[in-house]
Amino acid sequence: MSEPRLSVLKTYKLYVGGRFPRSESGRVYEVTDGERNWLANAPLASRKDARDAVAAARKGFGGWSGATAYNRGQVLYRVAEMLQGRREQFAAEVAAGEGLSKAASRAQVDAAVDRWVWYAGWSDKVAQVAGGANPVAGPFFNLSTPEPTGVVAVLAPQESSLLGLVSVLAPVLATGNTAVVAASERAPLPALSLAEVLATSDVPGGVVNILSGRTAELARPLAAHQDVNAIDLAGAAGEAELARELESAAADNLKRVVRPPDSAGAGWTADPGTDRLLAFVETKTVWHPVGA
Amino acid sequence: MALFEYAPAPESRAVVDIAPAYGLFIDGAFREAGSGTTFKTLSPATEEVLSEVAYADAADVDAAVRAARAAFPAWAALPGAERAKYLFRIARILQERSRELAVLETLDNGKPIRETRDADLPLVAAHFFYYAGWADKLNHAGYGPDPRPLGVAAQVIPWNFPLLMLAWKIAPALATGNAVVLKPAETTPLSALFFADVCRQAGLPGGVVNIVTGDGATGAELVAHPDVDKVAFTGSTAVGKEIARTVAGTRKKLTLELGGKGANIVFDDAPLDQAVEGIVNGIFFNQGQVCCAGSRLLVQESVRDELLDALKRRLATLRVGDPLDKNTDVGAINSAEQLARITELAEAGEAEGAERWSPPCELPPDGYWFAPTLFTNVTQAHRIAREEIFGPVLSVLTFRTPDEAVAKANNTPYGLSAGVWTEKGSRILRMANELRAGIVWANTFNKFDPASPFGGYKESGYGREGGRHGLEAYLNV
Repeated sequence: MSEPRLSVLKTYKLYVGGRFPRSESGRVYEVTDGERNWLANAPLASRKDARDAVAAARKGFGGWSGATAYNRGQVLYRVAEMLQGRREQFAAEVAAGEGLSKAASRAQVDAAVDRWVWYAGWSDKVAQVAGGANPVAGPFFNLSTPEPTGVVAVLAPQESSLLGLVSVLAPVLATGNTAVVAASERAPLPALSLAEVLATSDVPGGVVNILSGRTAELARPLAAHQDVNAIDLAGAAGEAELARELESAAADNLKRVVRPPDSAGAGWTADPGTDRLLAFVETKTVWHPVGA
Repeated sequence: MALFEYAPAPESRAVVDIAPAYGLFIDGAFREAGSGTTFKTLSPATEEVLSEVAYADAADVDAAVRAARAAFPAWAALPGAERAKYLFRIARILQERSRELAVLETLDNGKPIRETRDADLPLVAAHFFYYAGWADKLNHAGYGPDPRPLGVAAQVIPWNFPLLMLAWKIAPALATGNAVVLKPAETTPLSALFFADVCRQAGLPGGVVNIVTGDGATGAELVAHPDVDKVAFTGSTAVGKEIARTVAGTRKKLTLELGGKGANIVFDDAPLDQAVEGIVNGIFFNQGQVCCAGSRLLVQESVRDELLDALKRRLATLRVGDPLDKNTDVGAINSAEQLARITELAEAGEAEGAERWSPPCELPPDGYWFAPTLFTNVTQAHRIAREEIFGPVLSVLTFRTPDEAVAKANNTPYGLSAGVWTEKGSRILRMANELRAGIVWANTFNKFDPASPFGGYKESGYGREGGRHGLEAYLNV
């Protein structure tokens, strides 16, 4: 009989600029399962952490948006591979955080992997679907192409800590944007573990930055930040007043805003379509004369 | 260089019959404002009163929205092919009446007849013709198998291209099955009211298009109306932000086409004579009152002097004056208010140390005029390099390397347009990639087409008008 072995617990940390810092505030909060059993202490990120994350995302934007679409697709596919390899770990975190059965949480992880694969494949197809030649009435070459909007703040869905997160994050990345993510407040552990997957998948540092903490506390500085170009309010579903406040703050530099679904219970298993993929692109149209 | 003497060649005003007063166009008929209030619209070239127009208040706006709401179900339920035929009719009637409308627009706006006749009106008719063809093909537009209209669209447009902006708003909205309430700008209401008559001639069902005239308060009432499903605005970035705050927390879909501070970049290998024409077109077309104007000239240091000499020679030949004269290149500024804004910014340019130059030109005694103006020794910190002037004022900056050109061009909260002049193809494509602007004109400038999407990055707004992309703003996708 071997002695019972004490397992090694993980210190969950933020993911900013390709590194794993603690919150600059030194704060953590207790993450529990459905029965209020302690799971971990997650960093309680501050507005300063949010600003650092935006700076990192801006720094990452040039390289990621300038990478070839094929390269981005390969990197995102690699994320799916790494996620697949950690299937059991994520299933356990999702099960604990969302109170799901083992089978249900595995299904969530499988769907999340499949969704990464779906969006990875989009990276070098979206320009052909959303752009194209325009037949103008004159001797001009005229071409429209979708380009990434820039730095996107993503409030991850509260109820679906992995599949929901993947569903809002992957489309932002596939089109060449960089992201600052506020993880599900109640169940942040899958998001923080996803950072480890991203860090080992050739995703350049700064392309994705993941914060855990109070969604409202992080969302306000992100919505008001002058160097954030867009914000996805999925994580404010069911909080109409907060969503209105954030959308109003976002107007200050005319961020592109994706409003939250009407109810927080909206599922993430349905075919996502191209809505989120096309929400954070700008159509650029180039003209050039045709002639000798 | 001596200017050729030209005999006056005025276009006849007789082709347009302006009534002494106009009401609001609601539910297919003209009516007075509920309060009976009116305001005058002037010719900015002479300050002559052209007509008195009804002032719509909240109650009038509500009546217009209710008329649109009532008309919406039947209009949306029409087969696309039938909606298309109405739009084709409108396009054809606009072509038939294009000279009349061009003269009207020149009178009310102050822009040269050469532009209204050769640019505005042809583009207006083309826009309706283009979107007419989409009305029965929406299932093939890439927005799913059965995209639906949104409902009532509130549309607020500016004074710089009154009828063209109306076309950009109304044509896609009707093609997709929405009903609209449109508010033209306070200083240029007439062409929209004439468009109401075009709708009558086309037999368009009452309530599908409603026109409410007024000022900013009228527009604010319209976009805040609770029964509006869609808001589309073209105008200043400041008002655009206010509208974005107004619709926050609602389900209203919003598209904004706002200000710009376009960079026009000239490399040392550019065909300089063509570039000069492009620079002139970029900043003096429509007196520079164009959101996508090339108001910052970025010229490579090695050709700065040569280019500026050629540009000054060319500016000396611009004919400023009577907008109805067919030889006029630069017409009147649209309003006393706009003239004051341009004057203030130009004075700030001088005060901050930039060097001001204008060709010798005589400005008419009445009306609102501003001579074509060029500033050199401009730095990026100057207000005239950062703020949208919306007038015939060009700020000249220099650069040495393509990297520096990109950095300077992108150093603005706006992102609507940019121009690149070079003979080197690979450089054009690189610049086109790196410029953060919705429209990049390479070896050309200020070209527009209904099939070509138009709209900005960053604080120049969001959404696109024109082309297949322009449909999205009016569909539930």
